[in-house]
Amino acid sequence: MMMFILRRIFQTIPVMIGVTFVVFFIMQLVPGDPAVLLAGEGASKETIEGIREQLGLNQPLYVQYTDYLMNIFRGDLGVSLKNSQPVLDEILVRLPITIELAFFSILITIVLGMAAGIISAIKPYSLTDVSVMLIALLGISLPSFWFGLMLMYLFSVKLQILPVAGWDSILHIILPAVTLGAGGAAIVARMTRSSMLEVIRQDYIRTARSKGLRETVIIYKHALRNALIPVITVVGLQFGALLGGTVLVESIFAINGLGRMIVDAIRMRDLPIVQGGVLCASLIFVIVNLFVDIFYRFFNKRIELN
Amino acid sequence: MYDSDKPVLEVKGLKTHLTTKNGVSKAVDGIDFSLHKGETLGIVGESGCGKSMTSLSILRLIPSPPGKIVDGSILFKGKNIVEMSEDQLRKIRGNEISMIFQEPMTSLNPVIPVGEQIAEALRLHQKLGKKDAWQNSIEMLKLVGIPSPEKRAKQEPFQLSGGMRQRVMIAMALACRPEVLIADEPTTALDVTIQAQILELIKKLQAKIGMGVIMITHDLGVVAETCDKVAVMYAGNIVEHAPTEQLFSDPKHPYTKGLLNSLPRIYEDQDELATIEGNVPSPYHLPEGCRFASRCAHREAICDRKLPELIEQSDGVKVRCWMYTDQWALHEEKEEVL
Amino acid sequence: MSLEVKTVQPNVIVNPTVSKPESKLKGFLSQLLMNKAATVGAFIIIIYILLAVFAPLIAPYSPYEIDLENKMMPPSSDHWMGTDDKGRDILSRILYGSRLSMGVGFAAVLFGAFIGIIFGLVAGYYGRWVDTVIMRIMDVMLAFPGILLALAIIAALGPSLINVTIAVGAFSVPLFARIVRGSTLEVKRLEYIDAIRSLGANDFTIIFKHIFPNILSPIIVQATLRLATAILSAAGLSFLGLGAQPPSPEWGTMLSSGRDFLFSAPFIALFPGIAISILVLGFNIFGDGLRDAFDPRMKK
Repeated sequence: MMMFILRRIFQTIPVMIGVTFVVFFIMQLVPGDPAVLLAGEGASKETIEGIREQLGLNQPLYVQYTDYLMNIFRGDLGVSLKNSQPVLDEILVRLPITIELAFFSILITIVLGMAAGIISAIKPYSLTDVSVMLIALLGISLPSFWFGLMLMYLFSVKLQILPVAGWDSILHIILPAVTLGAGGAAIVARMTRSSMLEVIRQDYIRTARSKGLRETVIIYKHALRNALIPVITVVGLQFGALLGGTVLVESIFAINGLGRMIVDAIRMRDLPIVQGGVLCASLIFVIVNLFVDIFYRFFNKRIELN
Repeated sequence: MYDSDKPVLEVKGLKTHLTTKNGVSKAVDGIDFSLHKGETLGIVGESGCGKSMTSLSILRLIPSPPGKIVDGSILFKGKNIVEMSEDQLRKIRGNEISMIFQEPMTSLNPVIPVGEQIAEALRLHQKLGKKDAWQNSIEMLKLVGIPSPEKRAKQEPFQLSGGMRQRVMIAMALACRPEVLIADEPTTALDVTIQAQILELIKKLQAKIGMGVIMITHDLGVVAETCDKVAVMYAGNIVEHAPTEQLFSDPKHPYTKGLLNSLPRIYEDQDELATIEGNVPSPYHLPEGCRFASRCAHREAICDRKLPELIEQSDGVKVRCWMYTDQWALHEEKEEVL
Repeated sequence: MSLEVKTVQPNVIVNPTVSKPESKLKGFLSQLLMNKAATVGAFIIIIYILLAVFAPLIAPYSPYEIDLENKMMPPSSDHWMGTDDKGRDILSRILYGSRLSMGVGFAAVLFGAFIGIIFGLVAGYYGRWVDTVIMRIMDVMLAFPGILLALAIIAALGPSLINVTIAVGAFSVPLFARIVRGSTLEVKRLEYIDAIRSLGANDFTIIFKHIFPNILSPIIVQATLRLATAILSAAGLSFLGLGAQPPSPEWGTMLSSGRDFLFSAPFIALFPGIAISILVLGFNIFGDGLRDAFDPRMKK
């Protein structure tokens, strides 16, 4: 197990470096001379040359990339083009908000998704099951940005029980977290159901029945633990979709998190901020995946060896 | 009150059918047998003959849908299991009647320590506290011959070998000292040497606890070694029922004879093992007459017309075959006259 | 009397897909029809495609014509879905918008599938270091959460509907590559591939004539499911103002402008969202049905 964790951590390093490379490479796609863009219109040749010198833009690409990578290690993600503040400072202000949002959303994904999946699996093909699965199918088909707007209209405009936007109290978290978590919950519900149905057919469930255990004990103690193992992976993947989704949800609910920062920066052509934000979110995702993998391996070990 | 001379388990006219989109499969189609305390009944037959379905029916463990007990009764100490409520049934399962399954590899829950899997039955039925139940389950592991049971109890099934797991299954089944143990092919998945050990263990514990055992198997060797009496099943019916010795020395039904002929014998010269020609009829489309008729060397017109009854020949020997009926004699005479 | 000509058949190496294409197709179609949900999904998709194609004939108004006197009118018999903040007929805009939203989705998946399939085939067929290099690149692309890779690409190329197509397509590439590689590895092991190679077929022929037709089913299933995601992502990016720009009737863009009038005229945002949801639902259930029809083992 220790060996597996170490090997897995070791495998993650090239992926992280790959991520920095892709981010760096994409930014090379920017049409035009970055020095000219930075200097602004009508800047003198000397200014442009100065910027080029200062940012190392006159160096070959591989040197530029190595510098970029070294700077990342030093925690230097460049400065914002708009206010010349270090990108890292801006990220550190925004990140906790996004993490908070992501945390509550994944909570909704897991709790709601698993509960719905279990309810469905207990009586397969019943009216409850069919309804829950239809809702789940809708859940994966609704655009989150629209779903968020409709929730906002219903709860904030019509019923006026929840705040429209912002990020001040726990009440502010509810709508964005539901918006962001709902899609994942639908996927987790479908996965939990099929996994439960698979497990309920297993021999050890029959053994549990033959012991005279109650149906509830059989489902929650004997079936659920086994059924949730494959669901862990799905939750991990959903976390990625969820991080991406913060971009939309933060924009809808005017939350000053990492996602909104990236979108605003794209609109203002503040590339270092975009670069830093995308890099940061991706690295978080890689690390979360690492944990999910180890977690999964830990639970799956016994099943594999069976 | 329950009388100890009476059989502890009595199955009468049991029919378990499976309804699928292909039609109705008569997996178990009218089975009768009884079991006394301390006695071992073998149920033998090829795969698909309904023997496992019979065993699952006794504790009503057939997956439903598609399975359903459509007729008959299962009397446990005089009470009919078929008509019991779920609650009454749960008090019997794992407590008074328990089961061992064929696949020790998949029959234990992979994520629960084996000690806990034994202890939960003890807590449920014997109302033991957590500590006592755990202590008891370690005792059980010791009883079934698992070395260092304290350590093993905390382990999960993947850390145990196949033979060990089957021992755990036995410990689990016997933890509450049941009156009936149903062993469904308990040794099929195991190595030959382990097989003998497991059978020996079941016999030893049977003597100790005094329970009745139903041994479901396709292996006549297992029957010879463990059973007092045998029921031979074919296509959902019992075709012959006899004390073990008699069955082996004087088989009556052509199918039983065929089965015994297909066994390798050490003391006789056999050029090749005999096989029974033909196929078992599909449980979805059973013939009207004798179900073995299409494969039987003695087949006559009457065999195809009507299914023979299971008729007692002599003490404890019952056969379902026209050859042992008056009709057959009449039929023979007619032939002679012609 | 004609002489019967006996042709000596050489031992023909039969490609499993071409052995009985007709019966296979028939079996597949009957499987698909038996799956009621898939039929409903296909029905939805076909309706949408027809509406998009015949939008100019069906749409009661021009999607761009501004009529400030009739702005933000709730749904009525004149305007079934009401009018937007500039008095344009929402129904007509949605009909025309279906061309954009579906077009972007199809184009993105085609683009992503094309590149992904080539990567997957090459990686699976050649194996060794080629495989390692390609698949590690794909792993890195998959390490970007959700639409963030698309965002980075748009940040570099600039906001436009075409760039959204490229960006959304790019993040389907690794998914196609993975599936195609896996299937290629399976097919490559089949004996007849060895036989064809021994007959002197070159790599190109083997890959495109013999392997590719055999791995079409997982590709089609994946493409259908990806279409759902691609349409959602593209609309989302336009919603953020990074794709189609107003006054385009693209659904995400419409939603985005409707959002400013959520208090006074919620129907402006309501209908484009419903249009997207039903279409995506159609692709999702059709995709599920396809998967079941292609692979009966997956059926639960």
